Amino acid sequence: MPAPAGLARDLAAIVGTKHVREARAERVTYSMDGLPTHRRVPDLVVLPGSREEVIAVVRLLAALGVPFVPRGAGTGLSGGALADEGAVLLVLTRLNRVLKMDPANRLAVVEPGVVNAKLGAAARPAGLQYAPDPSSQSACTIGGNVAENAGGPHCLKYGVTANHILALEVLLADGSLVEIGSPGGEPWGPDLVGVFVGSEGNFGITTKITARLMPLPRAVRTLLADFTGLRVAGEAVSAIIAAGIVPAALEMMDQSCINAVEDSVYAAGYPRDAAAVLLVEIDGRNSDAVVAETDVVTDLLRKSGARSVRSAATEAERERLWQGRKKAFGAMGRLSRDLVVQDAVVPRSALPQVLEKISTIAQHYGLVVSNVFHAGDGNLHPNISFDSTNLAVKQKVEAASAEIMQACIAAGGTITGEHGVGIDKLRYMPMIFDAESLGAMQALRRVFDPDERVNPGKVVPVHACREWASIRNAKVGMRNDNAGFNSAFHISHSALEPIR
Amino acid sequence: MTILEKVTALLGEGAVLEAGTDRVPRVAPGSPDAVALLLGTAHQEGWRVRIEGAGTWLQSDAPADLAITTRRLDRIPAIEPSDLTATAEAGIGLDQLRQQLADRGAWLAIDPPGLAGRTLGSVVSTATAGPLRHGFGPIKDHLLGVTFVTGDGRMVQSGGRVMKNVAGYDLTRLQAGGFGAFGVIVLVHLRLRTLPRADITYVLEGAREDLTQVGEDIAGAGLTPAALELVSPALARRERWVLAVRLAGSPALVSADEAGLGAASGGGRFTPLRAEEAHAFWMRLAEGFSVRPVTFRIGGVPTASDELLDLLQHQLGDEWISASPAAGAIRWTGDTNIDRLQRLRRTLAGLEVPLTLERAPWPLRGAVGHFGAYREGVGPLVAGLRRTFDPGGALVVATEGS
Repeated sequence: MPAPAGLARDLAAIVGTKHVREARAERVTYSMDGLPTHRRVPDLVVLPGSREEVIAVVRLLAALGVPFVPRGAGTGLSGGALADEGAVLLVLTRLNRVLKMDPANRLAVVEPGVVNAKLGAAARPAGLQYAPDPSSQSACTIGGNVAENAGGPHCLKYGVTANHILALEVLLADGSLVEIGSPGGEPWGPDLVGVFVGSEGNFGITTKITARLMPLPRAVRTLLADFTGLRVAGEAVSAIIAAGIVPAALEMMDQSCINAVEDSVYAAGYPRDAAAVLLVEIDGRNSDAVVAETDVVTDLLRKSGARSVRSAATEAERERLWQGRKKAFGAMGRLSRDLVVQDAVVPRSALPQVLEKISTIAQHYGLVVSNVFHAGDGNLHPNISFDSTNLAVKQKVEAASAEIMQACIAAGGTITGEHGVGIDKLRYMPMIFDAESLGAMQALRRVFDPDERVNPGKVVPVHACREWASIRNAKVGMRNDNAGFNSAFHISHSALEPIR
Repeated sequence: MTILEKVTALLGEGAVLEAGTDRVPRVAPGSPDAVALLLGTAHQEGWRVRIEGAGTWLQSDAPADLAITTRRLDRIPAIEPSDLTATAEAGIGLDQLRQQLADRGAWLAIDPPGLAGRTLGSVVSTATAGPLRHGFGPIKDHLLGVTFVTGDGRMVQSGGRVMKNVAGYDLTRLQAGGFGAFGVIVLVHLRLRTLPRADITYVLEGAREDLTQVGEDIAGAGLTPAALELVSPALARRERWVLAVRLAGSPALVSADEAGLGAASGGGRFTPLRAEEAHAFWMRLAEGFSVRPVTFRIGGVPTASDELLDLLQHQLGDEWISASPAAGAIRWTGDTNIDRLQRLRRTLAGLEVPLTLERAPWPLRGAVGHFGAYREGVGPLVAGLRRTFDPGGALVVATEGS
């Protein structure tokens, strides 16, 4: 159903004409996020410039019963910030102020559109950091991080977004404001902050975020270890964890990824003939301890079969090693015109067998799969390079993605560790949750948004839910809108179709 | 048929326990499915049910038609030392769980208040973290997932068994600290750490203000203690306040922190405790909070710790207090009344500091509630959650009080 007539004019009265995107050519800009496999053109795009404008917009939409989708920088990888026809896309990037820095209590209060790296930069002069560091941190927003419960390489030691959010001011779909959490982290009642973080924009919009800051490490050592086999590299990860040392980061890249990086402007000096490299970072507040733990880790890497272990001698070298890792997804753009960044988690001990299984799946379908991932958490990112103009290849990508998910679930894992479900993984949800549990999730959502107007059709495949008293008018998920986009990747079956 | 006869018909005589002093029939289901069956029946029959664990923490005195104890849900289906994960049923005693983990070189880095045999389900549902919160975070940070049964008998799984998981909404965090108002936890997936290779506790006695300063200096010096706890004299059974510092981790990290401790002690002399002394010290501290009738926690920002301790001293007396100043967490135990507690909660709310009532006799907790003084908009959400996860109101929990 299209948006009501006159809505654009009413929204413009709140935010100003230039902050409402009505022309199709403008709206198309917002038809994708970081995942190239889904496209939806929103009916209207509105960019409020203040908390008050967000409230006014949401109250207007509530009065008219119009669904809406909150969106940050659009760097998500699950199609979670796409708005279907009839829905308004509410872009929060103009709410980009750091409202308060409180170094003594190690917290910051920010608006949702503050870019992750900018919060880090604001904290640095006080010797503090905002620890979650998704690879998109130079662009992604804290509001988006909260919605997705974003992770990043250094979450192995410091935890994901949920571990760093103390309090939230939330605007519900009906336009009412809720204050959850407290600056000290103790909730007022049940842990609604914990419930809200990671709800993928389905429970409301954050208008104010109180985030925990942590002291910057005083000493950092970065190691690059290379291996002649993926299995050996996976076993080295287990050896480090078993030794009781928690590195700040423990990242793995396979040969396909190494070569993509080395062929790009992000070349980091990774050995091209290695089957895998591990990037291990040890940090801490005490340099003696960091040095001692680095020695232990170096020894473990060698004993586990590393062909060589190199320590970054300078800050510049460390940055170069990390740049290769953080820009690996960009470097993979060289391999083919399209890239699907997958996300799944397995028990650490299952890494070697699952990596081998992924390799077998890739060979079976004749696809290029590059692995770059958070090995310490068991959080895999198998990335499939492909050409979306070739229908036969697209179908293979879909089938291979599904088989990879099945392999991860069979190993005791889950379908997403940090990218979220969005629309991309709706169809996998029944593979890990039964109908009762999916029904419970939907019922939870309806406590916050009884009419399911915020970001409709995401996260929970309603058709697969068992009925709960509070679930009314179950809807099917969003449709794909690929009409008019010749270059778009077309999902040949619904995102909701169960995997056989 | 009486409730007892119906329960016996459902689960057999073996599940029925002797009633407590309040003569409420008590039953110990032996499986999660049996819990679901019981709660489904309770929902249909309109019974009011109270949930108990080992009976060592929250008083077993809520008015109810039936008491369900989780004590027979005491299995540990999985311990995976190489993945540092474990799955345990909610009725397992923490002491048993700790021992089994230690036998495999694994460690659950929590030290909640209460007796050693307190159940895992009790700790998770009340989110009662102890001094290790300083180094390892609140209870929710140790959870990978839970399975719970709603008040109308639905079995729900949340989360999983892996380190990171954002598949679906986080019902685990709804249950951690929900005090059983949104369901009964039956199974918990845990995040573990390796058993620390080095683990040593130092104590320093002194005036509270001086020790607070030492605590700040330790944090400022870059030390990374597992626990940094300020304990009142009565609770520590010492002449003066005690600052206890627990260093746990790799030998390299612990020895580096030990070296830094002396420099940060402000001229005072930290005394190392022998292993058995340290064990006794922390155990006594934990047990102290289950002795007296009322226990609550408050959570403020670190710089407010002194002011909050003064406030507690002024309004309730400061005999039995333990504080983790750097985490802003303070726990108090003693004897008080409804008026004083409600007044304190209101005062604290004005300072943006929540008070969570952890345990108290029913007349007090029924009146004051575990939660209260909600911020804007929270009350309707909590009520909605209650209606959703316990639609018939079968679970007797003093959420907000009367």
